[in-house]
Amino acid sequence: MSTATWTSDEIMTVTASRSLRDGMACFVGIGLPSTAANVASRTHAPDLWMIYESGTMGASPDHLPLSIGDGVLADTADAVISVPEVFNYWLQAGRIDVGFLGAAQIDRYANINTTVIGDYDDPKVRLPGAGGAPEIAASCREVVVIMRHSRRAFVDRVDFITSVGHGSGPGERERLGLRGDGPVRVITDLGVLEPHPLTRELTLVGLHPGVQVDHVRAATGWDLCVADELSRTPEPTDTELSVLRSLTGAD
Amino acid sequence: MPLPLEEAIRGLVHDGDTVALEGFTHLIPVAAGHEIIRQGLRELTLVRMTPDIVYDQLIGAGCARKLVFSWGGNPGVGSLHRFRDAVTHSWPVPLEIEEHSHAGMANRYVAGASGLPFAILRGYSGTDLVEHNPHIKAIACPFTGQELAAVPALNPDVTIIHAQRADTVGNVQLWGITGIQKEAALAAERVLVTVEEVVDHLDPVPGQVILPSRVVDAVSVVPGGAAPSYAHGYYERDNTAYKAWDAIGRDREAFTSWLAELTHTPAPEPAGRGA
Repeated sequence: MSTATWTSDEIMTVTASRSLRDGMACFVGIGLPSTAANVASRTHAPDLWMIYESGTMGASPDHLPLSIGDGVLADTADAVISVPEVFNYWLQAGRIDVGFLGAAQIDRYANINTTVIGDYDDPKVRLPGAGGAPEIAASCREVVVIMRHSRRAFVDRVDFITSVGHGSGPGERERLGLRGDGPVRVITDLGVLEPHPLTRELTLVGLHPGVQVDHVRAATGWDLCVADELSRTPEPTDTELSVLRSLTGAD
Repeated sequence: MPLPLEEAIRGLVHDGDTVALEGFTHLIPVAAGHEIIRQGLRELTLVRMTPDIVYDQLIGAGCARKLVFSWGGNPGVGSLHRFRDAVTHSWPVPLEIEEHSHAGMANRYVAGASGLPFAILRGYSGTDLVEHNPHIKAIACPFTGQELAAVPALNPDVTIIHAQRADTVGNVQLWGITGIQKEAALAAERVLVTVEEVVDHLDPVPGQVILPSRVVDAVSVVPGGAAPSYAHGYYERDNTAYKAWDAIGRDREAFTSWLAELTHTPAPEPAGRGA
């Protein structure tokens, strides 16, 4: 139990780090996913095997990299491989346990948009694009999404499907030939959502301390399903917070 | 063998060419990109998996007609605002885009380097990229019937990369994160490599990639030529410069001033050192 207070971003990152199990091979994107993975590897999952898409495998950086290809990743990696090898031999071949993704928009079936807001040919906002995400979402055994909860981000239908979550519902991933389980959890600054086992629709299953269901409904752009029994996220421990803050510089 | 950068760009890159300046965070050929801007090249089809700030600069300077890419951003910082302005407001000129995933782009280069017309991968299935990019097709495996994605080979007119060093006959050595550079070079019609230094003999380094001189058309010696990205063993990534670009790139006026400064600055010395 912690005596400290924490921010909504911190509880989100700590919760995400807890979803990584020791020994997993984890495909890490930059930003919140990288922070969460580095917290996990310094707390409960010392043997977490982090792969960054630049080709560094088994990196153990002593500080958070700003990009997916910082020198500290290459210096501390078990191996540095080429980009085609990352995507073909490791990701496509099914060797990655968990992929961590962020998103600009996500919908009720956990489909992810990182491409455009608005119409593709006349966009309101042009976003960076796909990167490794479509194949991470397709081929990792499971996917965890980390993003802040808002009506702008949690929309009924994404403007563009960059990466497939559960498509239009049950059986869609199988029809598309996607081999991984897809998003198994979406972790936000308010709580935790998981696809319903039958409908595949994202369902609120957990709340962070101090958050009420109404807060989450108000920040979600569709009529959100709520599980009968909601878990309450355990507060961040002093260790988790101090590790996280040592990484983000908030200490 | 080394050529001054100005001369190498003038000889190898022409208006309308398809040009790939590759580098996956590490060893980005920034100085070569700046020389393309200085020479005022136009109508280029720029290719890169991860266009970052040097592509933002090339696009903002009006060098590009089209961008072929898979992720366009300022890594760890945010969006590319010159790229965004070109796509949403056609400023300073319209920019056509063709976008893929990283897996698709990587395999396009592999096919290009392999002399094949296309590549296959498990990818794109169910994504909206398929309907917006005519260069992504479905193909059935002739042995199992499995449906896979096909993407055409990528064969740039010119690939430009930065490496740590070359020897006096033009063999090139790079190490650290070597990304897609070998494939991008072997896929291209012409290859320019900027290097930190030329040495008499290339001592082996763990994880090295060697590009034999017979696939390299020109080497230019440009110390610091990858900054603000980094050259493993030579200098570190200048994260402050990446963060500072955000404010410049966001604002047309700030960008225009930056551009004026760049184009009035003479090409970096000592180009061609080591000859």
